[in-house]
Amino acid sequence: MFPAQFDYQRAHSIDEALSALASHGGDARVLAGGQSLIPAMRFRLARPAVLVDINPIDELAFLRESNGFLCVGACTRDYAIEVSPLIASRYPMIADTSVLVADPVVRQTGTVVGSLCHNDPAGDWPTTSLAARAQLVLRSKSGERTVSIDDFLVDSYTTAVKDGEMVTEVRFPTPDDRTRGSFYKMERKVGDFATASAAVRITLGADGKITGAGVAIGALGPKALRVGDAEKLLVGAKPSVDLIASAAREAEKTADPGADNRGSVTYKKAMAGVLVARALRTTFERLGVKGLA
Amino acid sequence: MKVNVTVNGEAYERDVEPRTLLAYFLRESLGLTGTHVGCDTSHCGCCVVLLDGDRAVKSCNMFAVQADGHAITTVEGLEQAGKLHPLQQAFWDQHGLQCGYCTPGMLMTCVAFLKHNPKPSEAEIREGISGNLCRCTGYQNIVKAVQQAAGAETAEAVAS
Ligand SMILES: Cc1cc2nc3c(=O)[nH]c(=O)nc-3n(C[C@H](O)[C@H](O)[C@H](O)COP(=O)(O)OP(=O)(O)OC[C@H]3O[C@@H](n4cnc5c(N)ncnc54)[C@H](O)[C@@H]3O)c2cc1C
Ligand code: FES
Ligand code: FES
Repeated sequence: MFPAQFDYQRAHSIDEALSALASHGGDARVLAGGQSLIPAMRFRLARPAVLVDINPIDELAFLRESNGFLCVGACTRDYAIEVSPLIASRYPMIADTSVLVADPVVRQTGTVVGSLCHNDPAGDWPTTSLAARAQLVLRSKSGERTVSIDDFLVDSYTTAVKDGEMVTEVRFPTPDDRTRGSFYKMERKVGDFATASAAVRITLGADGKITGAGVAIGALGPKALRVGDAEKLLVGAKPSVDLIASAAREAEKTADPGADNRGSVTYKKAMAGVLVARALRTTFERLGVKGLA
Repeated sequence: MKVNVTVNGEAYERDVEPRTLLAYFLRESLGLTGTHVGCDTSHCGCCVVLLDGDRAVKSCNMFAVQADGHAITTVEGLEQAGKLHPLQQAFWDQHGLQCGYCTPGMLMTCVAFLKHNPKPSEAEIREGISGNLCRCTGYQNIVKAVQQAAGAETAEAVAS
């Protein structure tokens, strides 16, 4: 099916995009990779009157470390992450995610920021971004603000982006030598959205106790969910088989999935536990902790 | 809205509605029906074309106006001076198609894939084509064709 009619505006700079967004308010939508927006428009689930195409904005296609963050611009494609040696060597959880989102062709066009702005409950980047405690940089004509991922992901397909605003980048805290993470996704086939997903990020102190934990699950509720109770239980503890089992149980409790053709509520809740346990085991292994596999 | 695009090396200017999808622009405005539309919902990969030489995109999931100022390569642009592209030849030699419906998208995906990864392993090839559905071949001969093309392209590069 064809999308409803719309007005197309090409932005070559952030200022051009912000002016276009300011003058059209709630009628306008940003077009990034279009890998979620165009299908939604074709099914007439979205009918924006104006599309502001940000693809020509070269200054937004960046991937760099700066001031303790990995900064990913709004025009940086998933593929750039997938092939980045920096990501492969320093950001294992993001590297895990980058090869599991959609399929290889979609990843050549889709963006991380676009996925976060779309906020599909089954999206992969929201889950990873929660575990990483990412921040988003939002700009409008009246200025810039930084929003934590927890505040950014408001509800299914709803974010903190206001009319006239756009996201310019997402920032992931750079892990130190004692911090690792991992991401797991259960999918029926390549390119399918997750049946369930889990992301974990752990910091180990010199004494072998956990000093920082990020645990999140995806496709298991109205949006990606932080498993705060698992984080609390992990911090201060030493990695062990029992600890992994307890954290997994918290994930099962937090999960609030709906039944669909990917699985029943009972099955999906169980998978929340299974995937969090797998992600924890892999993360501990990456931290050099032996004997938990 | 005016669109200026180069398709397979030839410049075109057309007036289109912004909502015209690139796949339909290629097929209906330019008459280049080599690009197929399969699922029409961005899942099957039948409609893949190259943007600026090395990016594979599903043309049912991009607006024609977005291609303004860019170069598109479709399956019609692979053959040069009457000689099949090494991947086309390999699909022929290895029997990498049956009905042929998925083939244009499969070829374009593979051209981009080999540009990014000229010496892929079998597992990498299978992963590389995982966004392209084929209902006939079971993928076996497509994988063999990509392996042949990877070898052939390397051989040519060494020779020249
Ligand atoms: C076949 C297929 C399979 C897929 N499988 C998966 C999957 O397994 N996992 C997964 O997570 N996703 C999947 N997706 C979705 C897709 O990968 C991402 O959601 C997509 O890449 C979003 O990024 P985009 O750049 O294409 O965003 P767009 O589609 O351009 O935009 C999405 C939304 O975000 C808004 N937006 C985009 N950028 C900005 C910005 N800078 N500021 C403000 N608003 C903005 C748009 O207005 C729109 O509402 C799949 C898509 C397809 C077509
Ligand atoms: S027709 Fe475009 S992906 Fe199927
Ligand atoms: S050859 Fe028939 S679909 Fe691939």
